[in-house]
Amino acid sequence: MATEALTVHTLDDTAVDLSSETLLEMHWQMVRARRADERLWALHRQGKIAFHISGIGQEGIQVGAAYAMRRGHDYASLYYRDVAFAFALGYTPREFYLAAFGKEGEPTSGARQMPSHFSSRALGMLSSSSPVATQVPQAAGAALACKLRGEDRVTVVTLGEGATSEGDFYEGLNWAGVHRLPLVCLVQNNVYAISVPQHLQMAVPHVADRAPMFGIAGAVVDGNDVLASYRVMKEAIQRARDGGGATLVEAKTYRLVPHSSDDDDRSYRSRDEVEAWKQRDPIARFGAYLRERGLLDDEALDEIERRVRQEVDEAQAFAQAVPYPPPEAALGPVFKG
Amino acid sequence: MADRPITYREALSSALREEMQRDERVFIMGEEVGVWGGTYAVTRGFLDEFGARRVRDTPISEMVIAGAAVGAAMAGLRPIAEIMTINFAFLALDAIINHAAKVRYMFNGQFTVPLVIRTTTGGGKQLGATHSHAPEVIFAHFPGLYVAVPGTAYDAKGMLKASIRDDNPVLFVEHSTMLQRRSPVPDDPDFLLPIGKSDIKRKGSDVTIVTYQKGLEHSLVAAEELAKEGIEAEIVDLRWLRPLDLEPVFESFKKTNRCVVVEESLPMFNVGAEVAAQIHDVCFDWMDAPVKRVAAMDIPLPYSHEIELMALPSPEKIIRAVKEVV
Repeated sequence: MATEALTVHTLDDTAVDLSSETLLEMHWQMVRARRADERLWALHRQGKIAFHISGIGQEGIQVGAAYAMRRGHDYASLYYRDVAFAFALGYTPREFYLAAFGKEGEPTSGARQMPSHFSSRALGMLSSSSPVATQVPQAAGAALACKLRGEDRVTVVTLGEGATSEGDFYEGLNWAGVHRLPLVCLVQNNVYAISVPQHLQMAVPHVADRAPMFGIAGAVVDGNDVLASYRVMKEAIQRARDGGGATLVEAKTYRLVPHSSDDDDRSYRSRDEVEAWKQRDPIARFGAYLRERGLLDDEALDEIERRVRQEVDEAQAFAQAVPYPPPEAALGPVFKG
Repeated sequence: MADRPITYREALSSALREEMQRDERVFIMGEEVGVWGGTYAVTRGFLDEFGARRVRDTPISEMVIAGAAVGAAMAGLRPIAEIMTINFAFLALDAIINHAAKVRYMFNGQFTVPLVIRTTTGGGKQLGATHSHAPEVIFAHFPGLYVAVPGTAYDAKGMLKASIRDDNPVLFVEHSTMLQRRSPVPDDPDFLLPIGKSDIKRKGSDVTIVTYQKGLEHSLVAAEELAKEGIEAEIVDLRWLRPLDLEPVFESFKKTNRCVVVEESLPMFNVGAEVAAQIHDVCFDWMDAPVKRVAAMDIPLPYSHEIELMALPSPEKIIRAVKEVV
């Protein structure tokens, strides 16, 4: 089996080239995404937004992966749980909230697309879709374009483990293997596809076990360990950039909240199971590590939370004050010219 | 047998339950149909009642849901496959169109495909352009596949039961915003409605409105408003896009001489185009005005609520169209 790195990682920065400042920034990114995401659950329950789909619990792999990229240079093709990933690439809480409220001037889509379908040409984020895994062949195509143009740009595409049941996943990765494309396919295995657990989705223990069938490298990482996530993604991205072809990275993580604002997860998983995963919360684990390193204490953490709260409050107030799109916005850019 | 008012959702559930009780070969497969009880709670309780052998949660793979259902049907079972939204059925088009619809013809009747694919359609719930279109007309383009579009609980039950018992493949399209609508439905376990029969939902003499599902709901509202101004609309509910039964439409048109077609499809190459063409063919001498169409706007459906609603048909738009022809 070509699957490598099947070790259990513990937070450890010995093989990690990150400064203390960057480590703290990554921690802040994770907290910021968590709080911005939590606020949207509250706004949904208050009837102020129509829908929310969440990334709570998956911030470790997302921030680790984003920091492993050459941000602004590499392409990212994200999926709808990637709020922490998108923030780490430069997407902002203000923009996120404009999307959640469906307000005028929302930069991804002019409020025409659902929230959390991240896309920004300026930030190198390709478009993302609701039918799952459709981004994999598209990302393979973007990787081909970079290769044909002789650029050293890598494309990172993300999806959940449920999406790996779609034909698009196989067709896209097969192609990436055939053409040795500079692609990293990151599967955030959060155990459930809405209510359907992994064992009803696939008969293999690890998504990354499938890498050999595409002739590409595979890796499994603890996605709730931000530093291990960073390290494994860094290696995969470097391989792609160096002409070594694609990698299928599987990050083991857990969705700590229901699938979306329309779902009640009590019907398909026990509270004990959720509680057990909360003990492995990526933010708490990284916080504990930073304390051990002497980089974080109660006072500093309070300050981070205060700053984040202020930004989230401001983003919400900003988005609420913006008007809804005018009627003519519906006509939108269907064709060019 | 007393008719009891039940919801569209209950009508679907009871039709599925009765047919599963009646025929061991009937089983359900799809995303979220089991433990979760269906995305729209239509199969809630079914896993406990019928077991995991007959209520099967599938991986997220529209192609395998539809493709395996075609295979199981060819091999003698009677699958009911569920695709979460008709917009995701695009991922399974080859199985549905190239195979479910064509196998019987291509192989000279050796195989039949007694398959029902249940799915939902329609916008208005802020789910964006890849969830919210009503593209069922695309599927009605192909011979070999029936397309059901029930607009009331009564129709939903009788049409679904008839679809399950029929030996041909049926795309059974349920409107995602109409699941709570109630109407009286017979308790009879053999209550069936004929496949491919439209239905007059309102009598009138001034204009014929041809519609289905959400368009029916809007048209009934519009008709009441128009009646206040002395305009009586006759409403024909198509109920099926294939087989398409336009006889009641022609009959009505020969009386009203005017027609408005109302649907949630996009405005080009849609149901209205077909109805207008056939009216031209059959009723040319009875025409007093062009056939008007009310449909969604010609754009991918937007997310933000006000512009989404603006892009969809409404009673106001129907009233406006009627007034252009009367």
